[in-house]
Amino acid sequence: MATNDEVKEKKLTAKDFASDQDVRWCPGCGDYSILAQVQRTFPEIIKKDVEKIVWISGIGCSSRFPYYMNTYGFHGIHGRAPAIATGVKVANPDLDVWVATGDGDLLSIGGNHFIHACRKNIDLKILLFNNRIYGLTKGQYSPTSEKGKITKTTPFGSVDYPFNPVSLAIGANATFVARTIDRNPKHLQEMIRRAGEHKGLAFIEIFQNCNIFNDGAFSLLTEKDTKDDSVLVLEHGKPMVFGKDSDKGIKLDGVKPIIVDLASGSYSKDDLLVHDEFSDEPILAMILAHMTDHPNLPTPIGVFRQILRETYDGGIRDQINMVTEKRGKGDLAKMLYGANTWEVN
Amino acid sequence: MDEVKDKKVEKLSDVTVRFAGDSGDGMQLTGTQFSDTTAWVGNDLSTLPDYPAEIRAPAGTLYGVSGFQLHFSSIHVNTPGDVPDVLVAMNPAALKKNLTELNPNGTIIVNTDSFDPKNLKLARYESNPLEDNTLDGYHVYKVPISSLTSNALEGSPLSVKEVGRCKNFFALGMMYWLYNRPLEKTQEWLKKKFAKNKDLVDANLKALQAGYNFGEITEIFTTRYVVEPAQLPKGKYRNISGNEALSLGFLTASVKSKLPLFLGSYPITPASEILQYLSSYKNFGVKTVQAEDEIAGVTSAIGAAFAGSLALTTTSGPGMALKTEAIGLAVMTELPIVIVDVQRGGPSTGLPTKTEQADLLQAVYGRNGEAPVAVLAACTPTDCFYQAIEASRIALKYMTPVILLTDGYIANGSEPWKIPELDDLPDISVPFRTEKEGFYPYLRNENLARPWAIPGTPGLEHRIGGLEKADITGNVNYDPDNHNKMVNLRNKKIKNIANDIPDLKVDGDESGDLLVLGWGGTYGTLKDAVKRARAAGYKVSQAHLRYINPLPKNTGGVLKKFDKVLIPEINLGQLAKLIKSEFVIEVEQFNLVRGLPLKSKDVLEKITELLGGNNGN
Repeated sequence: MATNDEVKEKKLTAKDFASDQDVRWCPGCGDYSILAQVQRTFPEIIKKDVEKIVWISGIGCSSRFPYYMNTYGFHGIHGRAPAIATGVKVANPDLDVWVATGDGDLLSIGGNHFIHACRKNIDLKILLFNNRIYGLTKGQYSPTSEKGKITKTTPFGSVDYPFNPVSLAIGANATFVARTIDRNPKHLQEMIRRAGEHKGLAFIEIFQNCNIFNDGAFSLLTEKDTKDDSVLVLEHGKPMVFGKDSDKGIKLDGVKPIIVDLASGSYSKDDLLVHDEFSDEPILAMILAHMTDHPNLPTPIGVFRQILRETYDGGIRDQINMVTEKRGKGDLAKMLYGANTWEVN
Repeated sequence: MDEVKDKKVEKLSDVTVRFAGDSGDGMQLTGTQFSDTTAWVGNDLSTLPDYPAEIRAPAGTLYGVSGFQLHFSSIHVNTPGDVPDVLVAMNPAALKKNLTELNPNGTIIVNTDSFDPKNLKLARYESNPLEDNTLDGYHVYKVPISSLTSNALEGSPLSVKEVGRCKNFFALGMMYWLYNRPLEKTQEWLKKKFAKNKDLVDANLKALQAGYNFGEITEIFTTRYVVEPAQLPKGKYRNISGNEALSLGFLTASVKSKLPLFLGSYPITPASEILQYLSSYKNFGVKTVQAEDEIAGVTSAIGAAFAGSLALTTTSGPGMALKTEAIGLAVMTELPIVIVDVQRGGPSTGLPTKTEQADLLQAVYGRNGEAPVAVLAACTPTDCFYQAIEASRIALKYMTPVILLTDGYIANGSEPWKIPELDDLPDISVPFRTEKEGFYPYLRNENLARPWAIPGTPGLEHRIGGLEKADITGNVNYDPDNHNKMVNLRNKKIKNIANDIPDLKVDGDESGDLLVLGWGGTYGTLKDAVKRARAAGYKVSQAHLRYINPLPKNTGGVLKKFDKVLIPEINLGQLAKLIKSEFVIEVEQFNLVRGLPLKSKDVLEKITELLGGNNGN
């Protein structure tokens, strides 16, 4: 492996990850930031050679992503990116497989593949560009659109409840679950880095603004005057403090998170909930996930949960090795002859 | 067994036996054991398992009857037999359901113990058929199989219920005696199968032996039959089903292409066995993914093909429909995958455990856009082995998805297989692209195949996908002329495969009054029918398609040399439609969609009708 490290000395830059294709997202789209942060982060986090990276996508604005990365890429069909990625990763576990997808792609038409990729802990990195709208088909509501949303297909407001992607991923036993925001490049880079380092399925929900069909969907979380009071930045081992003056905290009342005022003198940081990313139990992560969009609670971003368990692709490889060791390498001629043969002379 | 009975021995050339009982009676097992032993003693054979979709339908009911038919002979066998000569009926329902199909002079062996009022009622018999005139004309052997089995197992530590379940081995032992077959293969099998439960091994061995001994000492059997070994070509043989042959075919293709084998699949009758077989070939490096659904089965295969595996997905009709969009993606990305459709009765869920040939047009045309794929069909259980290799060869050489059609009948049916020498099988390996100089993802070779540059290859990073590609560069392209060019290139690539496949062979004279043209699992039936028609003096020949798209180059020429062409199919005329549109000729059809193989006597009747000058016109 020493030689590999030497090769790495050539020091890649963000430019090395940009393909020769013109980027065709609408001006002002949040996707540009995601692409930029990925290209900025990759030189640091990619431990492998560029040719071992594969980007896979489905259908939708976000799914054009692979065309803009100068790596191997596969623009698949609607919803199927996790399944295509599964084939790539199982066939060659040596590859680094990343998935770019959107809320319609991953959670509506591709929902089944998503939960099963989580359940199986396939070593994929899934970046969900969640803009809570169908952009490429021009503005229909999505499975993450809030109830009552008025769109072209819901002129009187949608009547269905949205998915909470983080909660869904935790519920499906994803081993790494995080959330970040397109407008917070530093945090976005950090989450990409953490996902890249994780061994197993890593899922990042990225709140992404569609400035054409759902502009301002996350403005509360991104605008200067509201974001500090609306966002809770999760950090492992730290008490959950937020607010412009870091004067508010989250405390548990039973299993219900409540806001306490640190400035009043009745509560100190010692009373607050302390984040634990690595808990074996998914309960804390689930409670945090459900704070999202709560009218009175801040929306958490950061790593909700990271646990380690054997990957699916690793399990398949290990089983092949184990059986091969036990039975010896397969002998085709023997196999064809089978158990019951007879000779005709 | 000191008592030696004086029994007549009669030589037969050809016997068709049907075992029938409740779906919990172990009839498939009994049939398979009888087949394996029969193959092992050197008879040629063909089998037809026929079972309900319900795993354990309520005992004694008509719809719970499971059957296994076996045709064995000292001469060449083409079909599992039109009409059984012998019926082993384990209960009244099995008798009722199968009686109409039995040879009018046939033999019936019944388990009299099960002919009680309850079972007679369940089988909707007003009176006991063993006591009225229902079975007049048949040779009926009334054997109290259940009680003879429990007598034989007296003192066994097994429960009464477990003892009851051994009755199929008693019946098998009895049939082994009647047709003069050795017990040893089944004895070996039992010891291995129940290695962990000695009591079960002992009980079933005893039941088997007791059945055999019963044949020897009972006075009801006065004759014993001998079917001499068949004159098969020299070589080493085994008995094999289509699904197992197919699995071994893909394993062989993996070795012969020097590529790791990947299967993405979702369990579906009657294709699940392939996933099961391949999942056990771990020490060959075979990777199997039991996917979350049919779509993930095919798309994971597409991903694995992108990454450099010999990739396949296996399914049946309903799953095929779900895979449709993804097969189009494989067409667009020009990746080599093999899609196996083990056809069953449709539409919709249809008849899951029955056979049919009605997915032909789905395979050839069933995609959005102009999305040509190569379509092959296997025609016998053992042909599944060779067509698996051939489908893989074409997929790899032409960088294309290939659909391989089999059906429930050849998938579950078995026949003796002359095991090939590995060296006689073709090398189907293709090189990966590794050279950076002059690399373009859609620059084609002489076969119009694009280069296979797999992730991990330095310097060849490129992007593919379902959007239209620019010729050569493979970049996304919406130019009208480029689209027209690409549509034609993809089409031509598949058409050109016709230069690389064997000619359509005519069995019989090259010209004549009638050509019987078939495809897929009807091969044996049609062969049998044509043989009989020729023996009766008709100028009939047979041709059978193993390549559907493209068709062999000489197909049109073959058809032209016959006054009439008859296309028998287990559908409403799908190949007929294809042939008519391709060659603008009239064809005669014979279509019977009963979920069962065609019978050669029915095809023969149609041939006679067409050539007797009385074809209904």
